[in-house]
Formats: sequence, structure tokens, C-alpha cells
Amino acid sequence: MEILLSINWILLLASLMVAATPILLAATGELVVEKAGVLNLGVEGMMIFGAIAGFAVGVETQAPLLGFVTAAVAGAALSMLFGFITQVLLSNQVATGLALTLFGLGLSALVGQGYVGIKAPILPDWNVPLLSQIPVVGPILFRHDLVLYFSIALVAATWAFLKYSRAGLILRAVGESHSAAHALGYKVVRIRLLAIAFGGACAGMGGAYISLVRVPQWTEGMTAGAGWIALAIVVFASWKPWRVLLGAYLFGGIAVLQLNLQAAGLKVPVEILSMSPYLITILVLVIISADRSRAALGAPAALGRVFHASE
Amino acid sequence: MIRLEKRPSPSNAWTAATPLLAVALTMIAGGVMFAILGKNPVVAIRTIFWDPIFGEFAWYFRGQLLIKGGPLILIAIGLSFGFRAGIWNIGAEGQYILGAIFGAAAGLAFYPDGGWFVFPLMVVFGGFGGWLWAMIPALLKVRFGTNEILVSLLLVYVAQNVLARAALGWLRNPEGAGFPGSRNLAQWDASSNPELIAGTGMHWGVVVAFLAVIGGYVLLNRHLTGYHIRLAGQAPRAARFAGVSPGRLVIFCMGVSGALAGLAGLFEVTGPAGQISIDFASGYGFTAIIVAFLGRLNPVGILLAGLLMALTYVGGDNASTNLGIPAAAIQLFQGMLLFFLLSVDVLTNYRMRIGRREAA
Amino acid sequence: MKRRTLLATGAGAAAAAAMGLPARAQTPLKVGFVYVGPVGDGGWTYQHDQGRLAVEEQFGDQVETVFQESVPEGADAERVLTQMALGGAGLIFTTSFGYMDPTINVAAKFPNVKFEHATGYKRADNVATYDARFYEGRAVIGTIAGRMTQSNKIGYIASFPIPEVIQGINSYYLHAKKVNPDVEITVVWAYTWFDPAKEADAAKAMLEQGVDVIAQHTDSTAPLAEMAKTTGVYGFGQASDMAEYKPSPRISSIIDNWAPYYVKRVQAALDGTWVSEHTWGGIGDGEVVVGEITDAVPAEVKAEAEALRDSIGAGAYHPFTGPINKQDGSVFLAEGEVATDEQLVAMNFYLEGIKGDIPS
Repeated sequence: MEILLSINWILLLASLMVAATPILLAATGELVVEKAGVLNLGVEGMMIFGAIAGFAVGVETQAPLLGFVTAAVAGAALSMLFGFITQVLLSNQVATGLALTLFGLGLSALVGQGYVGIKAPILPDWNVPLLSQIPVVGPILFRHDLVLYFSIALVAATWAFLKYSRAGLILRAVGESHSAAHALGYKVVRIRLLAIAFGGACAGMGGAYISLVRVPQWTEGMTAGAGWIALAIVVFASWKPWRVLLGAYLFGGIAVLQLNLQAAGLKVPVEILSMSPYLITILVLVIISADRSRAALGAPAALGRVFHASE
Repeated sequence: MIRLEKRPSPSNAWTAATPLLAVALTMIAGGVMFAILGKNPVVAIRTIFWDPIFGEFAWYFRGQLLIKGGPLILIAIGLSFGFRAGIWNIGAEGQYILGAIFGAAAGLAFYPDGGWFVFPLMVVFGGFGGWLWAMIPALLKVRFGTNEILVSLLLVYVAQNVLARAALGWLRNPEGAGFPGSRNLAQWDASSNPELIAGTGMHWGVVVAFLAVIGGYVLLNRHLTGYHIRLAGQAPRAARFAGVSPGRLVIFCMGVSGALAGLAGLFEVTGPAGQISIDFASGYGFTAIIVAFLGRLNPVGILLAGLLMALTYVGGDNASTNLGIPAAAIQLFQGMLLFFLLSVDVLTNYRMRIGRREAA
Repeated sequence: MKRRTLLATGAGAAAAAAMGLPARAQTPLKVGFVYVGPVGDGGWTYQHDQGRLAVEEQFGDQVETVFQESVPEGADAERVLTQMALGGAGLIFTTSFGYMDPTINVAAKFPNVKFEHATGYKRADNVATYDARFYEGRAVIGTIAGRMTQSNKIGYIASFPIPEVIQGINSYYLHAKKVNPDVEITVVWAYTWFDPAKEADAAKAMLEQGVDVIAQHTDSTAPLAEMAKTTGVYGFGQASDMAEYKPSPRISSIIDNWAPYYVKRVQAALDGTWVSEHTWGGIGDGEVVVGEITDAVPAEVKAEAEALRDSIGAGAYHPFTGPINKQDGSVFLAEGEVATDEQLVAMNFYLEGIKGDIPS
């Protein structure tokens, strides 16, 4: 108990949000991709490419926000490679996604050779007027950088888009049954390409958040598996935007908390603490999926299946 | 306007020709990249694709292709069953690690007495360890409907922590002066998995990988389970009517892939790697997923794909050392090869048509 | 075919190597380097590569260097080493602990090639070992940390519980406590050598605990970047100078400087005076360099730290000089007693006053 009290929870909760933002951005993007019926396992590759693209432009222009825009464009561009091969050339999505990860890791390392050890321009925090002055809640929620606020807004926007907009409905229809959507006259491939590009842009920004805010610096392989976690979070969230937020914060929270507990001197083996974010994610997932009253897990029916118009 | 038209059945000619076409395209694109990096593209390509098989030191590198390809093939064969049936085990890396740990622990329990039974026992435990680790996502899937992609993947990270624990704690070599890592299993006769014929790279793991290719072929083409697997993948509803139990299929596919991945880990730790160390896992479990798909989930295809991947690793390292090409460029080159292989596959199943499509 | 059968025995392999190589192994001397990470890691591997460049600069046409980055420990290391040896390298540096057994194995097959393995303990006639006394540098930055902390809480981001890291923690704490008896140390085990995000989080966690001076035994600059967000907290460069974060939070650094050693050994190889031995160089040999102490540190503290550095460098003072007790209160070194190298390389305990347990 003493240890739990010795932790500064306000700071912890604030840093949890920062730690979770890269995963949150990437996972939100991937959610839209998967809702359109496409499984892109190349998130890690797009994130790392976004990380270097954003970092390079951020450093060269000293404008971090411009870095984020570039990262989004770079992530989307890379995702189009995946999009072209899977949607036009009808390749297997799982394998293509994995190849994209390999490709992205190599490409970013090559591009980034001149950027090792350079300091990133700082993206300032924006304290929300009035709200940031509220005790406890203020420091936790309202003293962050713009991209972090953006990531939360993005979740809300994605939720509203999927739930209420006509375009969102079409996107979901494409993900549930591409044949039916095609029969209704929707351009399945075009819609999926747009979704993939959106996913790439989000992953790119998530990567840039690591290289420009969270760490902030460029080193090869610096995403260190965040893309895989993002993929896991989407499944964890049963393809629901707000649960993506929950999942990302839960995972980010435990990852930060375990280091805090260690720093505070908790006598639990380090390996156990170190694996706890993964174990707890599994546990929560089991609890969610065991509760069958919540009905189907929400996986888009056509997820990962190849679509060809003449089928 | 170019249109794709599905072939009634995959073209045999293109099935054979597409990999060659992909390699040719990769050579061109990769050559351009090497040229941009200021390296002689012809030399670079030759170093990667030709020299390991036919070059001056091919007598050494041919064996290395087997050492590198063996675990990839073994794991990919296991994965291919599940992938055909729509059961996604992408945590083979974790099962590989656990197989190595279980097998090593079983063997080290008898150190230093040894005996003829030690290695076979380790093999059993290696397969068991991988199987056990795969049973976690399998049982959760069957019992609770938990998504196996996620659980198997997350368990990789857990396994890496277990590995650190094993290397630093349980299995640490007591005579290792406090350094992490287990005793060298390759240097202890009872647990060693040496080259069966020196210089060929053939160790038990490669033998088992070849057996797995044959076994996989027989299972898929000559056995009821194989039929069920294919049916479940192509027509899940029909499979259910045919009496295929989805739960049992999950247990079977996950179990087989886990056990084979565990075996791969065991053969690696007793042979080429030699010991349990913090960095024992080097991504075979993930690369094998690519190998499985490159091989079209077909046992013979996987054999060839595994060897091709091994070639890009071995040749790529050579190019990196001899020509000073950054490791990142080699990784990029591998990514290109995969993209091209996956892209040209379209020609096997579809016909290119120029002009408008006739009314469907 | 004949070559392959020759390889069947170790002696045969030696013969094959001896036949094929010397012609090309003469001038210029080919020097190989095997790295565990990318040369762009900005830390461990980067510094080794700086050493390689120093060799090139020093010897010009007399040598030719080759390197391979990001080589996994195990079978891949063995292959890369063999390839370098086959390719005519006469001297090969293997720069990670995990290359120990592969180095010994390959060295046995190439008796005419000289090998140098960093941080290991196994030697052979053609395998030398080398390491650096990083704990000497830790003593200096520990002194600075003890003086600079306002909260009397200093931190240490540790990688893995191996003797080298434990020496570092102990030396850092011991010298902080010497100048500031109230100091307490917080150790966080990151269980990685290199993971910027995790290192940043570890630094953050400690800052949140009120720690205001942090040393790190992981290689990225992420902890310094994290500290740069807060004023009044200090850290140290690790492995490389990390000068980007001068003058604060980076107030000094421990630099691994392999250049003098590499130049010396290549010279010996060229002169034919190379012998297998163990070298453990420190500040006095120029292998461990304490980077510039910035103006953020008061002049008298800077002078004190520099005096300690010089006294260690001159061999007048050993950082582990008794009386020193172990964490459990038992005597480690009696009054005036100096730790032997054997005691240091086997160090697996905290010193008196450090709270917590070493993971095992």
C-alpha cells in the first residue's frame, strides 16, 4: 500500500496518455482499415516510416507539426504499396502486410542514417485555458500537446463517422460483404484503398509521435513493436473506436505503471512486471470474450478476404 | 484498360514462372537501389543470389542455407495447416522460444551425467513446450472465443520475458562467471545436435524439417484431417455440416504448429545457437509466416520458399560484409522480393485482359 | 567435393584455411568487425565503428576493414565470422558478449586468423579478449551525481543483471555516497540494451519518484531527451558522448573509446607481435573517457570529479577500495583492501545501503 501511495498518480496518469498516444493513433487507423474488410499487418512498417519521415522534416524545418503532416503523408504513401498489391494485384493480405513491415523497417533505417543522435524540435504543450487549472483533472487531461488532443478527437470522429455517416455505413458494408456492396454499385476497391490510406496516415502519425514527442529522437527500429500492439488493441477493442481508446490507455498505463512500481521499490520480479501489460491485456480480452451476452465480437465478416469483381 | 479475369483453374505454367519473374523483377529494382547507393548492382546481385550456391565458397554456404532454412521450413509447415483452415497462429516466435527453454531445461536436468536418452528426451520436451505455449491461445479460443491472433502474438512478448528469466536465472550456467546464458548444449555430447555429415549443414532439425514437408504433403492430400482443414478454410459452413468440429480443428492446428515451432527452437538451441541466451530469439517465428505464404501454404512450395529466404539472408550478409552495403538496404531488398513474389502471383490465378470486360 | 570432405575434421578445415588464405591475407591486412546492432545506434555499436574508422585512418593502405552490422548471436554470427575468415580477414573483432562461443568455434577452424572477442572470458591461441573498466567512469559520474542531487535521490537505468552492470551500479552509488552520505539510489531494470521508448519511460518513472540525477546503462539518448523536458534534473551520456544534450541535462558522459585498443592490436598484428591475452583497459589506457563536465556543474564539483578521474587514471586510486560491505552487511573488502579483477568480474551483489534485490 505504501508503495502505491508513494507513486504520484497525477503525473502517472498524465504520462500514461503520452505513452498510449502512438498506439492509439495507429490503432484507430487500423480499425478503419479492418472495418473496410482489409487486414494490414504492416502497421509497424508504416509507423517506423512515419517516425523517420516526420522526424526528418521536423528537424529540417524546426516545425514539429509539419513533421506530423509529412508523417501522415509518408505513412499513407507506403500504405498505397500495400493497397496496390492487395487490392489491384489481389495478393494475400497477411503476407503482404508482413512484407510491408520488413520493407518499412529497412527503408526507414536507410533514410534515417543521417538523423541519428540529432535533437528533435520540441512540440510545446498547450494548456487548455481554464480547464487546465482544475485541480487533479487539469494536469492529467488538459496539459498536453496538440497531437494528443487530436488523437482523442480522431477517435470521436471515427466513431461518429462509422456510426452516423452514410460513407461510414458504406465502408462497413464493404467490410461485411464486398460482393453485396459491389452488387449495390459501390466501388469496393476504391473505398478500401481510401481506408488503407487513412490507416497508413494514422500509423505514420503514431510513429512520428514516438520520434518527435515521446522519445524524442530518431533511432533504427525505435517503434520496437508498437505497431503490433496497435493491431492487438484493435482486436481487443472488438472493432469499436472508444474501446480502442480504452485499450490503448490500459496498455500504455500498465507499461508506465510497471516502471513506476519498480522505481518505487515493489518487490515483484522484474520479468513479471515487464510482461504484465501483455498478460493483463490477454486477461481483459478473455473476460470480454467470455461474456457472450455482448454478442459477436464485431469482426468484419469479410476481413482479410480477397475481393475480385467477377467473383 | 487492363482487366483481370479469373482463370477456371490456376495456370500451371505461371505457377512455375511467377517466382522466376519475381526474382528477375527484384534483381532489377534491387539493382537500381544498389546503384543509387553507389554499389555495383551486378556484383551485388551476384553476391546475394549466385555466390552462396555456386561461388568460390559455396561448399560452405550451401550448408548454411540449410541451417538457416531448416527452422523456417519446419515452422512454416506447421503454420500452413492453421492458415489453410483460417486459424491464425502468429505467435510461433513465442512457441519457438518455449520449445527451446523446455528442451534445454529437460536436458540440463541430467547434466553432467548425460546418457543416450538425453537428446531424445529434449526433443520430446521441446515439442511439448511449443505445444503447451500454443495451447494457451487454442484453449482460450475454444473455451471463450478469444481471438487467437491477438493472444498468440501477445504471448511472444511474454515468452521473451520468460527467456530473459531463463537466461539470467533458472538456466544460467553456474560456471559462466555470472554472465547470462545457459551451458553450451552443442558442446555437451549428450545434448548436442551436430551436423550429421560435417560441412553439409544437415542437422536433426533439417532432417525433421524435410520429414515435416513430406508429412505435411501426406496429411493435406491423403488424409481426412487434411481434407477437413481445406474444407474449413474454403467453406466453413460446409465443413460444419460435414461434421468437422471447429474446436478440435483449432486444437489440432495450433497444437501442430506449436509443437513444430517448439522443435525448431529445440534443434536451434542444441545446434547452431548452442545455448539459451537473452537474444536467442532471432525472428524465425515471424519470418516463417512469410515463408508459409510465399510457399502458397503448400508443403513443397514452403520448402522452396524457405530456401529462397535463407538465400537472401546468407547472400545478403555476404553482400553486406564484402561490399559494405548497409544491413538496412538488405532488409529493404528482402521486402522488395516479397512484394514482387506476392504481386506476380496474380498471373497464376487471373488472366490479363485488355479492353472492357464482357458482361458478367 | 574434395574440399568438403577435407572439412570433415578440424585439422582438415585448418588445412583448407591454411591453403586458401595466406596469399590474400598478407598486404593489406584485412580487419573484420562484427557488430550486434546497427552502426547508427548512437551508442555501443557506433563507438566500435568509430574505433574501426580510427584504424582505417591510422593505417591507411596497410589495412582494409570490413564490417557486418546487426548480426544475431548464434548461428548467424558463426556464419558471418566464417565468411570473413574465408574472405581473407586476418584479424576479426567480435564486439558483443553473445559472440563468445561462435568466436571460439570459428577460431578453431581458422588457426591462422586472429580473433578478438569483447567482454568475454574464453580465450584460445588465436582468440584474445578485451573489455573496458566502465566502473571507473561510473565512480566519477557517481561523485558528480552525489553532489548535484537536491532530493538526495539518484537513479540508475540498468539493462540486465550481469556483473558489468552491477559493477556500474555499485561504483556509481559508492562514490555518490562518499560525497553525500544521505544519498539513496533507485534502480530500474529495463531488461533491454536498447529500446528508446522504454528507456524514456524508465527515466520518467524515476523523475516522478523525485529522482533528480539519473545514470543509464542502456544505449539510447531517450532518457536524456526525457530529462530535457524538465529543468533541474541531470543525466550522463552513455557509451557515446551524447553531446546534443549539453550543457544540461547531460552534464558529463562515459565514452567507450575503443580506438586506442584497436589501433594497438592492429599494429601488433601487422608487426607479427600479436599474442592472445586479456586486456581490461580503463581511464588510464584511454579506453574509458569521461566526457566534458559542463558548466551546469559548479566549478568545485567539477574539480573534484576531475581529480578523481585523474587519480584513477594514474592508478593511484581504485574505485573499489575497502572498507566496503555487501548489501547484507558482510565484509566485501577490508580496510585498504582493493578488489581483484576476479572479484569484479564475478560481482553479483549490491553494496551496503542499496535497497532492493538484483533480479535473478
